[in-house]
Amino acid sequence: MFGKNDVIPGRRLTLGITLTFVSLFLFIPLAAFVLFASGMGFEKFIAAVTDWRNVHAYGVSFFCALAAGLINAVFGLIIAWVLVRYNFRGKKLMDALIDLPFALPTAVAGIALTTLYAQNGPLGKIFYSVGIESAFSPMGITIALIFVGIPFVARSVQPVLKELDPQLEEAANLFGAGNWTIFSKIIFPELVPPLLTGFALAFARGIGEYGSVVFIAGNMPYETEIAPLMIMTKLEQFDYQSAAAIAIVMMVLSLTILLGIHGYQAQQLKKIGGAANA
Amino acid sequence: MLEVQLKNINKHFGNFKASDNVSFEVERGKLIGLLGPSGSGKTTILRMIAGLETPDSGDIFIGGKRVNDLPPGKRGIGFLFQSYALFKHMTVFDNIAFGLTVQKKPTAEIKARVEELAELIGLKDFTNRYPMQLSGGQRQRVAFARALAPNPELLLLDEPFAAIDAKVRQELRSWLKFTIHKLGITSIFVTHDQDEAVEVADEIIITNHGRIEQAGVPIEIYQAPKTPFVAKFIGESVQIPDYTIFKGFDGYERHAGILRPEFLEIAANINEMPQPMPLTTEKGIVQGTYFRGSTIQIDIEVKGHVLRGFRGLEQAPLREGDEAFVFIHKIYGFDGDQTKIVENAAKRKESVII
Amino acid sequence: MRESIWLQRFLIFLAAAFLFVMLIMPLMLVAQEALAKGVDFYFKALTDEYALKALHLTIEATILAVVLNTIFGISSAWLLTKFDFRGKTFLGSLIDLPFAISPVVAGLFFIMLFGRMSPLYPILQENNLAIVFAVPGIILATVFVTFPFITRELVPVMENQGRAEEEAAATMGASGWTIFRRVTLPNIKWALGYGIILCSARALGEFGAVSVVSGHIRGKTNTLPLHIEILYNEYNFTAAFAVASVLVFLAIMILILRNIVESANKNPVEEKIPTDNKNSDVPKIGDLNVGSST
Repeated sequence: MFGKNDVIPGRRLTLGITLTFVSLFLFIPLAAFVLFASGMGFEKFIAAVTDWRNVHAYGVSFFCALAAGLINAVFGLIIAWVLVRYNFRGKKLMDALIDLPFALPTAVAGIALTTLYAQNGPLGKIFYSVGIESAFSPMGITIALIFVGIPFVARSVQPVLKELDPQLEEAANLFGAGNWTIFSKIIFPELVPPLLTGFALAFARGIGEYGSVVFIAGNMPYETEIAPLMIMTKLEQFDYQSAAAIAIVMMVLSLTILLGIHGYQAQQLKKIGGAANA
Repeated sequence: MLEVQLKNINKHFGNFKASDNVSFEVERGKLIGLLGPSGSGKTTILRMIAGLETPDSGDIFIGGKRVNDLPPGKRGIGFLFQSYALFKHMTVFDNIAFGLTVQKKPTAEIKARVEELAELIGLKDFTNRYPMQLSGGQRQRVAFARALAPNPELLLLDEPFAAIDAKVRQELRSWLKFTIHKLGITSIFVTHDQDEAVEVADEIIITNHGRIEQAGVPIEIYQAPKTPFVAKFIGESVQIPDYTIFKGFDGYERHAGILRPEFLEIAANINEMPQPMPLTTEKGIVQGTYFRGSTIQIDIEVKGHVLRGFRGLEQAPLREGDEAFVFIHKIYGFDGDQTKIVENAAKRKESVII
Repeated sequence: MRESIWLQRFLIFLAAAFLFVMLIMPLMLVAQEALAKGVDFYFKALTDEYALKALHLTIEATILAVVLNTIFGISSAWLLTKFDFRGKTFLGSLIDLPFAISPVVAGLFFIMLFGRMSPLYPILQENNLAIVFAVPGIILATVFVTFPFITRELVPVMENQGRAEEEAAATMGASGWTIFRRVTLPNIKWALGYGIILCSARALGEFGAVSVVSGHIRGKTNTLPLHIEILYNEYNFTAAFAVASVLVFLAIMILILRNIVESANKNPVEEKIPTDNKNSDVPKIGDLNVGSST
């Protein structure tokens, strides 16, 4: 374990630094949380978890994140497709732009989107004129989550699409397969794993997202409150136990999504019989 | 004078026994080939000598000194990696100089040594290039020079020709053998290619399942394989589950064995045989003929076994379906985990008569 | 498979329109709103005492997070890729954990650890140490949310490089530091740069986690994103967007930098690679002039 026979030096040093950091920044805070949450008592926990206002908030977070994830899956695929397979002016700009949501602080995105989609905002005007409330509504929350999730799907699909063996398509072509057949039977199945990964990442991120959503949500109880906001609210009321209970529900949700996708992919890999790109 | 000595080396990877009581010695100045199929433990032996792996038990001596507890950098070895492991972002010059730089040698000395080695490997105009800008053969030579730069006592080469095009490989083999002999440095190289081992090495050590099957000069191993594995592994051969079915090899017990092509005399008619010995000559049907450059390979079925032999280009041609005569001079017979050479009875009798 | 030109154009249009509405329009809006009350107001909003203090704190937290995560990222990536040990997969997943945790929950962790209900609280009080609702809490929360960034960038690259170059250097007697500096670092410098950029971007803009632990004390525990929130909630929209425009500018700089790093990484020294088929490739034995050394 202590590797006195290592060829490459540095095991002890890097182990020491890594464990120190992991303990200080991850393990101790996590343990403090678990200790606190476990001292709360089961009944109190259940009461907090099942409080209707909280349940509604998980629902808003879950379904808006789901909707945003799906929309991003569709547009992410189109964006990746266009970037990998076509040549057009502004392609480099488009490629660079996709990462903007990673680089732009969520609060900035939040206030910009709110202003844009509010009743008198440039886009909100259009929506409201046809009776659609594009801000301070679940739709507004979804819009903010779409913004946050744009890079995930596109960036997962892009490399896989790039590495796709063109001979597969050529072979299918030789058999006389049409465009739609080639896409649905040959290309799309290869893109399912990265699509799912990207979707799951965007989905999980959406459930936990706060900064970009809190402005556009409107934060009306039983309507547009999201789960992270409930934690903030409980904290402001010094109701730490409820905050912890909601946090546990959120963690279970996002870990389930991520582990679910991980398990599915491990299973798929086994089916194909190789761990080539695992 | 012994340069390398391994005593009762054992090494496991999980349940896999990579080295099973391995012992051997290498004399100073010799070029040794460690030959075996993949998974036979040859690379593990090389890496243990280098200190890149640690044996579970046993002792390793280099230049008479026990090196088990020395890190690789202190063992006085040069190691040529299979993938060369050249430092991609360093020029050829910096790659070769690395070992000397680490030893904090004076700049002038480093420069002189690198230039000398660059000259030796024929790349003295390439010292400013990066590994990416070199061909496979050139990279291999840079790796060779880099390993040699600190003047190691012992050079270890892991599959040195594996990553090189077939055409250049041949030339590099002769070059490497010549250069290593000229420098007089003790060297051990690992290979799975018997032609390469036979051609390059002074002595061969054959490994299988973590054990050493046989060690010796190539011709000796070829002519007197000690174990069935070596007999099968070295040279071209056809395996026979029971050789006593053939005329001249009758016996009461079943015996497995192998036949080398040069053990067979294939004749179009009985008169073509150097000494016609009808009692000990088999008949067979030609299954296929293959032009092999200087000879013609004949696959011929005898008593249900397809045997392989050669005929000269000047001899009468045989065609598929022709009947032909086969005289088997000798067979490597297996006896447990030993082999013995079994001569045709006709030859044995002859020698008795004379 | 060749799609018709019309389908191609349609798909390109769809992608471009989506990105225009979702990404470009918000950026344009920030610029427009920021300058809504003129340039003088814009600069006044930027040079406001609280804005400057928030900027200062943001930069401080970002630098600390980047420095700490660089040390951690290099160490953990070295550990995970150069050695084998039990629990390696577990350690890898543990490091990734902050990706799966909402920033608000992350902030909550630190409240639980250092806040009023924590057993540590009396000790901290006695020694006059404030962690949450103070600058250390902001730094801790920022490090937490950016924790996996650099490790994540380095591990695949170092995994890909393998251990052979480091082993080769070790057989020549190089020390750990020499191996890292001269062999490993040049191979991973772009990935490291990329990781640092991602880490800075996230640290600059972190909102949720910091919002929980900061306590929103103006001039003391406000970072730029929190300052924007306060201005916005006070209906001081123009000032909020003015401050936001600074962050937009930084985000664009980060994207540009990221692209430079990426394209530099894609085009390493690569000339025409000579092939092996020249006969002159191997020096002729007869021509050799073997040195007198060894």
